[in-house]
Amino acid sequence: MNWLSSFLKSSIGKKLLMALTGLFLCTFLVVHLTGNLQLFKNDSGLAFNEYAVFMTTNPLIKFTSYGLYATILFHAFWGIYLVYDNKKARPVAYAQVDGKANSGWASRNMGLLGTIILVFIVLHMTGFWAKYKFGEVPYTDYHVNLTDGEITAYPYDGNINGKIEKFTEQGFERVIVKDLYAVVNDAFKNPYVVIFYVIAMLALAFHLIHGFKSAFQTLGLNHKKYNQLIKNIGIGVFGIIVPILFAAMPIYFLLFNH
Amino acid sequence: MKITLKVWRQKNTKSKGQFETYKLDHVSEDMSFLEMFDVLNEQLINEGKEPVVFDHDCREGICGSCSMYINGRPHGPKNAVTTCQLHMRSFKDGDIIVVEPWRAAAFPVLKDLSVDRSSFDRIMSAGGFVSVNTGNAQDANSLPIGKDIADEAFMSAACIGCGACVAACKNASAMLFVSAKVSQLSLLPQGQPEAKKRAIAMVNQMDAEGFGSCTNTGACSAECPKEISLSNIARLNREYLSASVAGE
Ligand code: HEM
Ligand code: SF4
Ligand code: FES
Repeated sequence: MNWLSSFLKSSIGKKLLMALTGLFLCTFLVVHLTGNLQLFKNDSGLAFNEYAVFMTTNPLIKFTSYGLYATILFHAFWGIYLVYDNKKARPVAYAQVDGKANSGWASRNMGLLGTIILVFIVLHMTGFWAKYKFGEVPYTDYHVNLTDGEITAYPYDGNINGKIEKFTEQGFERVIVKDLYAVVNDAFKNPYVVIFYVIAMLALAFHLIHGFKSAFQTLGLNHKKYNQLIKNIGIGVFGIIVPILFAAMPIYFLLFNH
Repeated sequence: MKITLKVWRQKNTKSKGQFETYKLDHVSEDMSFLEMFDVLNEQLINEGKEPVVFDHDCREGICGSCSMYINGRPHGPKNAVTTCQLHMRSFKDGDIIVVEPWRAAAFPVLKDLSVDRSSFDRIMSAGGFVSVNTGNAQDANSLPIGKDIADEAFMSAACIGCGACVAACKNASAMLFVSAKVSQLSLLPQGQPEAKKRAIAMVNQMDAEGFGSCTNTGACSAECPKEISLSNIARLNREYLSASVAGE
């Protein structure tokens, strides 16, 4: 396996690790987005809360999520290391650089954009993931009317075993569940938090407008027939649709839900 | 036209260096940038000062030696030209022009604007060749090569080793140069037997020289006087990956 270690130490190998982890994180973004779109459902958060229980108890997903945390950390620290390493290749800086004449702003600022994303991820995980796992999260008792499907939510201060309990009683399906939706609702009452989320999604958009197509180039996947398609997916899906839908969540809660 | 020049002066590799300001009052628009420097050097010599050292040879865009980083861009404000092909009509009367050497750990400044690019030579000696027995030249058409492949190899072979790609890159990466040199050979049947060895050897040498890695900003290709394509870098990535995995 000598070849592997010399490959990974080479400048091309180092970049390959960024591309593979970066693309894995792109697939994660799509999954995370699809799940969280349930926040927009008009059900007082029932579907979202059930989804949160599923995501934190299913063993396969738990396993994948630890891989994901490791990937984020690796990509972030490796990226910062590369920025530092590449600075060493030009020990004396130019007095004047006309960067915009030959390259895109995002491509020259991947480290800065990534750092904003990293700060965001840390705060985001403390606010939701750590709170859900270790903090005080209220329980909510949902009454789903079995005849007309109407959902009413009541605060619950009893004790249940685990994060969720479901049963049927007097024509109602009852779901008593740890209420992450309430945590979300509460967090996004703060306009500063919402502004920070929007800025972070802007940084993500620019990181991926360059990063998505760059990863394909790093992997050697450059072909006249597909280059434009790859670029368009990078801009359209990861530069526009994904960040806008993510940013819409805090904005929606700030404006419409209290 | 009148021009103010801010030129990097540096005694030798070890010394620190600084900008000096010079004023030129009679610059013709038809002069090339290097001719304008000739005028400056005449002026300096007449004043009993040391002329500015800069590299140049062919003065027609083929040798690649005229390395000057002008107003924040290698070879100045025009695309697809070298400094010797840049004319003063690309500037305005009264302009202040900042001229620096290529800046990279792997291109140490020798004096003023002249840098040592022998790191490129060492990369070439590591693998930028095909080993063939000399003898009579082969019949021209005995190895059929498709026109598209021939064209692509030719476009890669247009690289003149000027180092503008390194100078332009925020990481001082030599990937465009190395990828062009790998491509011009590996695209052709003559280059294939050594393709794997070559990719590994040239990339290893490139890394040993202290060039940075590639962030795919595209600055290299945008500033390359021969407009070498980024698709070469993707090819080098592929070749290096497959050579690492499948080579001996
Ligand atoms: C969900 C989050 C993220 C995604 C989807 C993502 C995705 C990507 C992708 C696809 C690339 C292109 C790789 C290539 O050029 O081959 C990349 C590059 C990069 N990422 Fe991220 N990234 C994320 C978070 C971060 C974070 C938190 C940092 C922290 C500093 C970071 C730093 C970098 C840097 C510095 C590069 C450029 C490396 C180089 O080309 O030299 N990224 N990212
Ligand atoms: S790739 Fe272009 S910029 Fe780089 S050395 Fe060759 S000709 Fe010069
Ligand atoms: S002097 Fe030869 S390319 Fe400019």
